[in-house]
Amino acid sequence: MHNFELVTPNSVADAVSALSGEDAQPLGGGQTLIPTMKQRLAAPATLVSMGGIAEMVGVCVDDDGVMVIGGATTHAQVAADASASYPALAALAGQIGDPAVRNRGTIGGSLANNDPAACYPAGTLGSGATIVTNAREIAADDFFQGLFETALDEGEIITSVKFPIPEAANYQKMLQPASRFALTGVFVASFAGGVRVAVTGASNEGVHRWSAAEAALSANFSADAVPEAPSADDLISDLHGTPEYRANLVKVLTGRAVAAAG
Amino acid sequence: MPKDSGIGASSKRREDIRFLTGTGNYTDDINLNGQAYVAFLRSDVAHGTLNGVDSSAAAGMPGVVRIFTGADFEGVGGLPCGWQVTDRHGQPMQEPAHPVLAQGKVRHVGDPIAAVVAETAAQARDAADAINADITELPAVVDMSAALAEGSPKVHDDLTSNLCYDWGFVEENKDAVAAAIDGAHHVTTLELVNNRLVANPMEPRVAVGDYAAHNGESTLYTTSQNPHVIRLLMGAFVLGIPEHKLRVVAPDVGGGFGSKIFHYAEEAFCTFAAKAIKRPVKWTSTRSEAFITDAHGRDHVTKIELALDAEGKFLALRTDTLANMGAYLSTFSTSVPTWLHGTLMAGNYTTPLIYVNVKAVFTNTVPVDAYRGAGRPEATFQLERVIDKAAREMGIDPVELRRRNFIQPDQFPYATPVAVEYDTGNYDATMDKALALADWDGFEARAAESAANGKWRGRGVNSYIEACGIAPSALVGQLGARAGLYESATVRVNATGGLVVMTGSHSHGQGHETAFPQVIAEMIGIDESMVEIVHGDTANTPMGMGTYGSRSIAVGGSAMVRAAEKIINKAKKIAAHLMEASDADVELANGEFTVAGTDKSVAWGDVCLAAYVPHNYPLEDIEPGLEETAFYDPANFTYPAGAYICEVEVDPGTGQVSIERFTAADDFGNVINPMIVEGQVHGGLGQGIGQALLENCVYDENGQLVSGSFMDYAMPRADDLPNFTVDHSCQTPCTHNPLGVKGCGEAGAIGSPPAVVNAVVDALQRGGKDVTHIDMPLSPSRVWSAMNS
Repeated sequence: MHNFELVTPNSVADAVSALSGEDAQPLGGGQTLIPTMKQRLAAPATLVSMGGIAEMVGVCVDDDGVMVIGGATTHAQVAADASASYPALAALAGQIGDPAVRNRGTIGGSLANNDPAACYPAGTLGSGATIVTNAREIAADDFFQGLFETALDEGEIITSVKFPIPEAANYQKMLQPASRFALTGVFVASFAGGVRVAVTGASNEGVHRWSAAEAALSANFSADAVPEAPSADDLISDLHGTPEYRANLVKVLTGRAVAAAG
Repeated sequence: MPKDSGIGASSKRREDIRFLTGTGNYTDDINLNGQAYVAFLRSDVAHGTLNGVDSSAAAGMPGVVRIFTGADFEGVGGLPCGWQVTDRHGQPMQEPAHPVLAQGKVRHVGDPIAAVVAETAAQARDAADAINADITELPAVVDMSAALAEGSPKVHDDLTSNLCYDWGFVEENKDAVAAAIDGAHHVTTLELVNNRLVANPMEPRVAVGDYAAHNGESTLYTTSQNPHVIRLLMGAFVLGIPEHKLRVVAPDVGGGFGSKIFHYAEEAFCTFAAKAIKRPVKWTSTRSEAFITDAHGRDHVTKIELALDAEGKFLALRTDTLANMGAYLSTFSTSVPTWLHGTLMAGNYTTPLIYVNVKAVFTNTVPVDAYRGAGRPEATFQLERVIDKAAREMGIDPVELRRRNFIQPDQFPYATPVAVEYDTGNYDATMDKALALADWDGFEARAAESAANGKWRGRGVNSYIEACGIAPSALVGQLGARAGLYESATVRVNATGGLVVMTGSHSHGQGHETAFPQVIAEMIGIDESMVEIVHGDTANTPMGMGTYGSRSIAVGGSAMVRAAEKIINKAKKIAAHLMEASDADVELANGEFTVAGTDKSVAWGDVCLAAYVPHNYPLEDIEPGLEETAFYDPANFTYPAGAYICEVEVDPGTGQVSIERFTAADDFGNVINPMIVEGQVHGGLGQGIGQALLENCVYDENGQLVSGSFMDYAMPRADDLPNFTVDHSCQTPCTHNPLGVKGCGEAGAIGSPPAVVNAVVDALQRGGKDVTHIDMPLSPSRVWSAMNS
């Protein structure tokens, strides 16, 4: 690891200001950035930590029944504090990594990184959530733009995420045996207006919605209604699974998520 | 009633107090005055011509003390191979040079090109990153079959091909085996891969070199399973340092699993550089570096054919194996696919005709060498898989088929057709025990329960044997070993009766400091706490060959017993003098010498005191003092054996395998500490199941290591494993060592992979899928693909 400056602002404004400096990067829980720096694959001059910004930490449900999670909230806190209002999302958070990861990693960090095998992008896209930054609000459907790519501008900070709470939801994932990221994960959420199905870990394009399943499940929210497996074209091929295997997982996990969501 | 001390007692591991409280002394804990740090520039391509190394920019960077390249080692020897294999035609293997730093070519990702010694580790790293190595990349040799094909690029330009050796065993049996297979009632054929593994001990490798200018003595602190072997190899073959001027210390070592047997370039470098700059030089491997520098394990591709008669009696066995050597010959690499593999192909069975062919192949990958079991897991896996396939093809119960071919207890000693003689065993006994403990007969009810939950349940059985207690020196010398494989011990009795045992064995997690004293305590009849073990330092232990091949208690323990016997014989003479009795009438029990038929007695401690304060002492007959050394060279290998049963559930939707039950019934002969033995079996099972389900070291076609971190190399975690049922109550003691012990360190890793794969294939068959084999690791994707192909 190369030397760097660590800045620990107490407010979003101070963080934005610090990030305007040359070669500065925001630091959430550091679960991706710090190992990358230790391998000397990244060497930012300045890290701006989000952890000390009180307004960015916490879970609440607003007057409209929308769950708001601060961008610097750890997975462990979401697992605990969201369990009553949005149990499917709390369960997703509670299955990320291991306890050490969950006590450091943050929702904002995970979404900004947009790892193609991360869990939060599936929960966020599947919920139709809204990403709130220091500058604007971005719908989840517009936010995720491929592998490790998002709509965030340079220096833009995720201050919170707003989750509409569905009538029923569930997240199922198959663990990649080594990293225990999602080899494939499916988040299913049933709202009054329809069903959303978001898939992570499967596609070379990153997290995405499975529209055929959404249409079928919106008409009949039952595991039997899950359509045939999607095309394996453009799905990920690696040591841990073929595209055909991942396509199968999309179908199987969607069915299991629907069954578990009840 | 279990014993609470001595042989057979589950004495608590005394070393764990320091390991668990952070007070161990590992090599990385050693920091010497004036120490400098080294960072290596390593090749990031698998194969290339090294045109030159430009370190001019790096040389001026902060903290840089000196930069070394291959040119600095031109007058220095290369890393030696410790075993010369002779091929089918009587010719020695092809043996390439293995320079400490690359000279002219780089041959695998991780091959060291240059080394920067600097004031701090970070400065060394910074400067190493600034070195420019001019490399012309060459096509990488990765696939073994392609490596042997006409026209393949050569890993070593000065060799005739990428073939290290073409070994046939037993060559004289070749035609007879072919005839038996051609004429057999049934032949079962199986092609399989024994997947390449990375050892990944918890403690990465570390080396600290030191040099004392005032007396010309070099010291190497290193993470080794065998410090004397490192001293011998590095001193004699690489650096030309006589042994009295070279000390090698391996303090607490955090796991080895074979990977810390070998002599590595970094050890030679630190020792060499310390002398060159007259300062201590330290290297600590990162985890990433470990993946591309620690010797890998396994990596065999095999075709096996088993010929049977109509009743299922094995008639003949033939195997063809390609064994990956990697880019260079690591210390014991050549022995693993040959003498540690071919000699075990009889298994527990009376197969009369066996022929094993092994072609060892150079590739542009990390060197491959011994990994827990070393050759014996590869033998067991192919044999137990082909037997299982044969049972299915012939419609014979897999347990019954094995029983029909077991060597029977009255046939021992049993000479196999592959050159070894099993001294003792009872394979039906361990099979019976395993079946009972696994509730074999209750399987169908459990399978029905699994089916009700949408899962397919399967079960796999296997029977294994291994050759441990490595090894008789005369035998291995004939087979090409360039070392003896005895073990040594010095037993020093102090004046007040306590003992210190200086052993050539080396504990890197096995619990020698607990188990060895149990033996001495039993022999003398004193408390275990009166005995201390010293190991790991060539300066204060007799020349020993170290710990691997489940040899410590069988060979090192036997040396200790022999030394202790000498002590007791001498002590009896002193006691006889003190009691005015005849030597022959003196007995030792419970720490007290007595004279048969009298009430005379003298305590152990009083005899020891007399030995060192010889006021009333038979000085005309015996010397003062009580210290004896023994070297023990075993008459034969030991042959632990057992039966393992695995029960799995397979999720048909995802291919996920879950091990529901695992039963291991082992015959280790006599057992010194049952708790330690149980722990060894648990660890071995974890590694074997890891190989079967999770671990896989994969290179791409360019020789890049795809599974180069724990993000892609799947180590077994606790929740991947079931609660094990482990038994070692079936005991046929070894007939040729004084303790009757056989060794237990590798059994779990040898016996478990075939049991797991047999169980998964059984589950898929019961689920209606005609799957006869899946190559390890049985990842969900592979299992699903097999059932849907």
